[in-house]
Amino acid sequence: MTRVFMKGCEAIAEAAVRAGCRFFAGYPITPQNEIPEYFARRLPEVNGTFVQGESEVASISMVYGAASAGIRAMTSSSSPGISLKSEGISYCAAARIPMVYSNISRGGPGVGAIQPAQMDYLQATKASGNGGFEMLVFAPSTVQEAVDMTYHAFDYADRDRNPVLILADGVIGAMMEPVVLPEMKSEEEVRSIQEAKRVWACVGHKLDYPNRAWIEPGHWQTSDMQRANEEAAALYKSWEKDVQVECYQTEDAQIVITAYGISARIAKSAVNLLRKEGIRAGLIRPITVHPFPYDAIASLDYSRVKAILDVEMSIPAQMLQDVQLAVKDRCPITTCLCSGGNIMGREMIIDAVKNLLK
Amino acid sequence: MEQIYARTKAIQEDKVSGFCPGCMHGLVVKLIGEVLEEMDLVDKAACCLGIGCCGLQMDYMAYDNITSPHGRACAVATGIKRTNPDSLVFTYQGDGDFASIGLAESLSAANRGENISVIFINNGIYGMTGGQMAPTTLIGMKATTAPGGRKAEEHGYPMHMCEILNQLTAPVYLERTSCNTPANVIKTKKAIRKAFQNQLDKKGFSLVEIVTSCPTNWGLDALKSLEFLEEKMFPEFPLGVFRDR
Ligand SMILES: Cc1ncc(C[n+]2csc(CCOP(=O)(O)OP(=O)(O)O)c2C)c(N)n1
Repeated sequence: MTRVFMKGCEAIAEAAVRAGCRFFAGYPITPQNEIPEYFARRLPEVNGTFVQGESEVASISMVYGAASAGIRAMTSSSSPGISLKSEGISYCAAARIPMVYSNISRGGPGVGAIQPAQMDYLQATKASGNGGFEMLVFAPSTVQEAVDMTYHAFDYADRDRNPVLILADGVIGAMMEPVVLPEMKSEEEVRSIQEAKRVWACVGHKLDYPNRAWIEPGHWQTSDMQRANEEAAALYKSWEKDVQVECYQTEDAQIVITAYGISARIAKSAVNLLRKEGIRAGLIRPITVHPFPYDAIASLDYSRVKAILDVEMSIPAQMLQDVQLAVKDRCPITTCLCSGGNIMGREMIIDAVKNLLK
Repeated sequence: MEQIYARTKAIQEDKVSGFCPGCMHGLVVKLIGEVLEEMDLVDKAACCLGIGCCGLQMDYMAYDNITSPHGRACAVATGIKRTNPDSLVFTYQGDGDFASIGLAESLSAANRGENISVIFINNGIYGMTGGQMAPTTLIGMKATTAPGGRKAEEHGYPMHMCEILNQLTAPVYLERTSCNTPANVIKTKKAIRKAFQNQLDKKGFSLVEIVTSCPTNWGLDALKSLEFLEEKMFPEFPLGVFRDR
């Protein structure tokens, strides 16, 4: 275990390499250029391959190819680039191909702002492409968490044969923090992970054709397509066990803040300051934003909780929709929002909580 | 009795192809299978299928295949070949796939000199979706989305992929063939073999463009389609070797 001082983007890339990622393809976009740049330097050192794709569309297709050939593979982008990748993400989900990608998201629809934001929540958690597929989506609020999530994301992807998304933002990507890097997987481990996928990998098989590889992101027969969709739905249902959430100072809280990622980090320090003033504030932070920790919010004692304050770097609010589903009108919900590349201020949250208590 | 001909083992025994009568996809797929078998490569083959009629072979061939997003076969092949250099990786794409929606992926893979083989089926039309205009549709040729026929002023001119790729430095082998006569079928088979051999020799990007017919969407019977190939398609898309390094 080594403790180093690293930028979020580079730490994500290093964590992936340590998890055995040996292929990365991506296309430049701020604020995540350090991810492809790091891979470009690092992957050749471990006999891995880096390709700068001609577009996000091509890059995700390259990852689809490499992952279908049994390699731990990753791509990364930021908001507008993620939209372009949705074609290939959907193909990976349909064909049940494990791969990991990160969205270091930025502000607004369209080309948006290059500064940090949380404008892609609904896309990330509800529909990252056509066809109603789902993915595990992890939302780090520190560089350390981004490292750990990326490292384990590859295991989840392989376990489920499904894509996994790390939903971060430009703050996490650009911020430098001390991190403990996970163990580097040995070459033997990396090889045995790859070897285990050989049965289904599209790399050539002996002519006993029932066992050859068919990577099928769709089916001609409607019955086959329905069966594939049913199998996927069963997988998504099994994720209840994978829900991760942090409940901070919620036991006696009168005002509960809901926030994820970098907003939650800022909200947490607001809670600490409010507590110093004797205000009973708490925080519920979804760590997996999909599956969403509805239970943690639903099981609050609503005879005590006066209001929920949803804090997001998104206008309009997006996670709010999930919070509303969990709260079910049992208490008022207000929002504290900023957007467009503006970073949430601690004072803004503190004022919003105090306003609710007036 | 001596057996002088057998169906290639690269085609599953119990399957029939889903191609229309007179379509040349089935013939080309058979040639690929035969070449793979003769070169002892069926066990190593990874075929990146485009979207279109080319995808109809997926349930029918015996070698590994992956269905690529429409147009992205060369990018998918890049991912497989770069990580598994021992596999024989080839794409099988139509003209809409390779030359329209996938133009960026096709040109970029060729420009990088990816060590892959591309089998590109140019039938001058979108087959699978029912006869819409392709980048290779001839001037004056009718398509469901160009009901008055392709007009240069409105739609531009047919795209010549071998000639376009021949502007790039990296590709090693570019040949345009057809399957309208036994002699041309033999030439096509030789070209496919060469494209695969180049990959084994780690030479780089090879492309075989095969000018084929689509009787169904051309609205011609199989024999008339062969005449159309000779009279209309070949003057626009001259057969031959454009590059062989
Ligand atoms: C992203 C996307 N756009 C459009 C389609 C619909 N589509 C399926 S096949 C096809 C045309 C294929 O034509 P071509 O590549 O010429 O192959 P052919 O069928 O003629 O062999 C189209 C447009 C699709 N499947 N995906």
